[in-house]
Amino acid sequence: MLKYAGLVLSGLTRKKLRTTLTFLSLAAAFTLLGLLQAVNSLFSGAADFLGVNRLITQASTSFTQPLPMRLLPQIEAVPGVQAVSHSQFFGGIYGEGRNFFPQFAVNPQRLRQTYPEWLMPEDNWRAFISTQDGAIAGRLLAEQNGWKIGDIIPLNSFIWTKADGGRTWEWRLVGIFDGRDAEWQKRTSLMYLNYGQFDEGRNPGARGLAGVFVVQVEDPSRSGEIASAIDAKFTNSAEETKTQSEQEFQLGFIRQLGDIGLIVNLITGAVFFSILFLTGVAMSQAVRERIPELAVFKCLGFTDRQVMWLVLAECFALCLLGALAGMLLASAVMKGLPPEFPITADAFVWAVAGASVLVLTLLVGLPPALTAQRLKIVDALNGRAGDSALEHMLRKAIEWPLLAWRWLRGQPLRPQEFAP
Amino acid sequence: MSRERSAALYPLVEIRQLTKAYVRGKQVLEVLHGINLDIPEGDFVALMGPSGSGKTTLLNLIGGIDSPTDGLLKIDGKRIDELSGDELAAWRADTVGFIFQSYNLMPVLSAQKNVELPLLLTDMSAAERRHRASVALQLVGIADRAGHKPNELSGGQQQRVAIARALVSDPRILICDEPTGDLDRKTADEVLTLLQQLNREFGKTIVMVTHDPKAAEYASRTVYLDKGTLVTEAVH
Repeated sequence: MLKYAGLVLSGLTRKKLRTTLTFLSLAAAFTLLGLLQAVNSLFSGAADFLGVNRLITQASTSFTQPLPMRLLPQIEAVPGVQAVSHSQFFGGIYGEGRNFFPQFAVNPQRLRQTYPEWLMPEDNWRAFISTQDGAIAGRLLAEQNGWKIGDIIPLNSFIWTKADGGRTWEWRLVGIFDGRDAEWQKRTSLMYLNYGQFDEGRNPGARGLAGVFVVQVEDPSRSGEIASAIDAKFTNSAEETKTQSEQEFQLGFIRQLGDIGLIVNLITGAVFFSILFLTGVAMSQAVRERIPELAVFKCLGFTDRQVMWLVLAECFALCLLGALAGMLLASAVMKGLPPEFPITADAFVWAVAGASVLVLTLLVGLPPALTAQRLKIVDALNGRAGDSALEHMLRKAIEWPLLAWRWLRGQPLRPQEFAP
Repeated sequence: MSRERSAALYPLVEIRQLTKAYVRGKQVLEVLHGINLDIPEGDFVALMGPSGSGKTTLLNLIGGIDSPTDGLLKIDGKRIDELSGDELAAWRADTVGFIFQSYNLMPVLSAQKNVELPLLLTDMSAAERRHRASVALQLVGIADRAGHKPNELSGGQQQRVAIARALVSDPRILICDEPTGDLDRKTADEVLTLLQQLNREFGKTIVMVTHDPKAAEYASRTVYLDKGTLVTEAVH
């Protein structure tokens, strides 16, 4: 089979411009396909607790519904739980513009226990614990805003009003934290606020409420079991909970937008249809131009089936090269994305791309390949060929706008056809 | 490229009452009417006749790229009119070499690769294919242009590459359809001399369709067709 590889690839170089354009459209389409399917894979994946050492417990109805702080000791009492912290989304805007970054009101000591990935000098931790209006910022965030320790940072919360009715909260920056490795360092674009000032300062009716609980487990292999145990504890109570992995919790934010899977699949379908159409036209044209050449192959002793495989292999090679380029580009793009978008080209994504190549090859390559197979040498040497049913249909679909255009311009609808 | 063969007890090409008809809509158009013809091994036959006389149809039938409607067509004792599509393809690969008026070389392949094409159907190694193609190109006097693509060669050079391609698998019959139709007189004479040399020195049986009486003079005999019937023969 390898001896035909040169022949197949040389077929692709026949019309370099057309091959390049088709290759580029395939690559672009597969880049999009790779990215979209990676998003799909992320969202459609079942809750996976495997290897997860941190869980988030939220109200079963919605993460926007706060849970009372009194649940904390009960969660702590669940066997296998190592530490629990609480976290409340603050929703503050910094400065005049629309400078938004995530801020969470937390208990500093508990934060340190549940997020050992954040590194900060010991005296900064002590300051955060002891400063009622203290805040710490991630390195990236601090550098972006030019903050230094001791700065007062005013945040205008669009969620929380103070007891006096004001929305502007002032926080004293007492520490700047780093991530424990390069991956975590990329995530240092957030800020933690001391829960002390937050809880005392807010409207009395809202006091004593935690947003969600962050649960550190002793044994990651028991995460699923511990999550179920926590939720079981509050079943049929006024505060039913939903415990999930940290990643699942983050995806929940985006899921509020709608059925991501459906949206992604619709876009993927549209992309696939476009490349199907483009590549189909290109392959069909390529074969029609080479009808006498294909007849020569048959004269030389190639069987009808061998000629069919040659055309199909050419189509496969084009689709495969386009898909490979597209998927590699998509992988590169995914690697460059910030950690808030944890999409990767996993085995599922590559499998979808591989299956797409095969389906595309069959849908696009089979009609011209069958035409090539059916060629009668004597007719084909004179450039005459019959269409396969599908190719005929496709050709009509392409011709229709052209005929309409000719009709509008009063031109003859068909050129002089060959008369045997 | 030569092949030792025992003396044939029967003609290499044996044609009896060969008929070919085409169906065009409701009309049946018979283009060959009961042709009888024998071509011994090592013969060089020119088929001549006016347009529409059926000479190309007869050539196509002998080359196994078209099938007769009726009659008998034996080549080397084998009824090729009874072979299936795949059997006929294998027979063509083994027995026939084709030379066309418009050369029909693959434009994206070099002369060397064009000549190697028929050998892809064999079990030969890549090195052996290269070697065989080089020998064939040398035989037709164009070894120095092996790396060139068809559009970098003159008409005469392209036809030489096509002849090398037809020869490379050492077929018994060369089927030539107007091989000099696109060439000037001088180049045509060179190509015809080459064909004559292949016939005389290497014993290749050649069947050639031509309109050109001067080209026909290179053959050992000329068979004339008119309106689908064999009318006369001339021996040179």
